[in-house]
Amino acid sequence: MNKILFSSISKKFVMALAGLFLIVFLPVHLSINLMLLKPDPEPFNRAAHFMATFPLVKIVEVILILAILVHISWGIYLQIQNWLARPQGYVVKIKTRTSFFSRFMIWTGASVLTFLIIHFTNFYFIRLGLVEGNPENFYGVAHSLFKIPAYNYIYLVCFILLGLHLYHAFSSAFQTLGLNHRLWTPVVKVVALIYAIVIPLGFAVISITIWQFR
Amino acid sequence: MKLTLKIWRQKDARAKGSFVTYHMDNVSPEMSFLEMMDALNKKLVEEDKDPVAFDHDCREGICGSCGMYINGHPHGPVPGVTTCHLSMRYFNDGDTIWVEPWRAKPFPVIRDLIVDRSAFDKIQVAGGFISVNAGAAPEANSIPVRKKNADEAFDSAICIGCGACVAACKNASAMLFVSAKISQFALLPQGRVEAKDRVRAMVEKMDELGFGNCSNTGACEAACPKKIKLTNIARLNREYYKAY
Ligand code: SF4
Ligand code: FES
Repeated sequence: MNKILFSSISKKFVMALAGLFLIVFLPVHLSINLMLLKPDPEPFNRAAHFMATFPLVKIVEVILILAILVHISWGIYLQIQNWLARPQGYVVKIKTRTSFFSRFMIWTGASVLTFLIIHFTNFYFIRLGLVEGNPENFYGVAHSLFKIPAYNYIYLVCFILLGLHLYHAFSSAFQTLGLNHRLWTPVVKVVALIYAIVIPLGFAVISITIWQFR
Repeated sequence: MKLTLKIWRQKDARAKGSFVTYHMDNVSPEMSFLEMMDALNKKLVEEDKDPVAFDHDCREGICGSCGMYINGHPHGPVPGVTTCHLSMRYFNDGDTIWVEPWRAKPFPVIRDLIVDRSAFDKIQVAGGFISVNAGAAPEANSIPVRKKNADEAFDSAICIGCGACVAACKNASAMLFVSAKISQFALLPQGRVEAKDRVRAMVEKMDELGFGNCSNTGACEAACPKKIKLTNIARLNREYYKAY
């Protein structure tokens, strides 16, 4: 049983599924964030409240947290095994053509994780009651955070790195699930590119707008 | 042409190893890389020095033994060729060429540029075969095979087990090799019979030997002298899921 669950392919399968779930989650998150642009705090706060209390969303939330934890821990586990597989490296660095961003997944992933910790401290942990704050006014919290230039810079850098992570992740997940097709794989790659630009750009536009124009 | 060679020298598996610089005059562009190495060794023997140990056998790109990591490329900078087929005309007068052995935990260096690739044999022994009762040869046309499948099976069967995919992969993963060996059978009716046992056993062996995990980087495909395709790895994944 262990051999099945922890074989290299199974671990990657789990990584891919968790990753795809997160890929689906991001647009949902983005669409809620768009309400931050409204001058009225009510819609956003209501959406945040709905997300925090509606039972069905609760279940999805548990899956989401699981997906994040599994994706991170499996990712680190796989990466350590990969480093161990080549104890002595080459003197001349590998020049073979590869999908460029795939080489830095652990590092782009690590920066997303750093952001996630900041993000959770600012919002999610407040809701769980682990950190002081008013969970009923996340609109105000978000707006005051986006007024801090340093927060914006960190936010932007993390989202650019997230974009690089997503670009490889998207098509890679399909390959891992065994879905590689003469016609469809090129389409997936284009969608991946669009997705990896649109999602981070969406988040960035919101933060910059609030920072500069509100 | 004149060349400077920086070659990895290592006495045995346990020795530390280091680069040694050699100067070659009179390298002709018609030589293959291995012929150039022969010329170097001839020179070393004449000088009463130890020749460089490197693996080779067929010298026509079919045995897979001649792996060398040349200037950051497994089998050198030319796509789709083995080291024995690599012509010196792709190098320029005055070039410095770095030559290293394959680097991967399951491929320990035995001496100089020779690594022990028996890990691949172990994966093959685990399931890379078809059990048949070798009686009289049956009529070939009695089992129809779709042309497309036959072609794809052949394209994966031309993997020569050289290990360049492992050498090129940043994770030292053997997925391209294993996927080629799985695909050549998975696509044919004769191979389907034992498909599940085969993929389970070969993947298990591959993991056990300490190869890394595939991260879909694609360096293997780019480095493979036989141009084995990444689509095989997707097929290997599918076959693995089907087996459970
Ligand atoms: S897949 Fe290509 S690089 Fe890997 S062992 Fe086979 S022929 Fe060599
Ligand atoms: S010596 Fe046989 S493939 Fe190069």
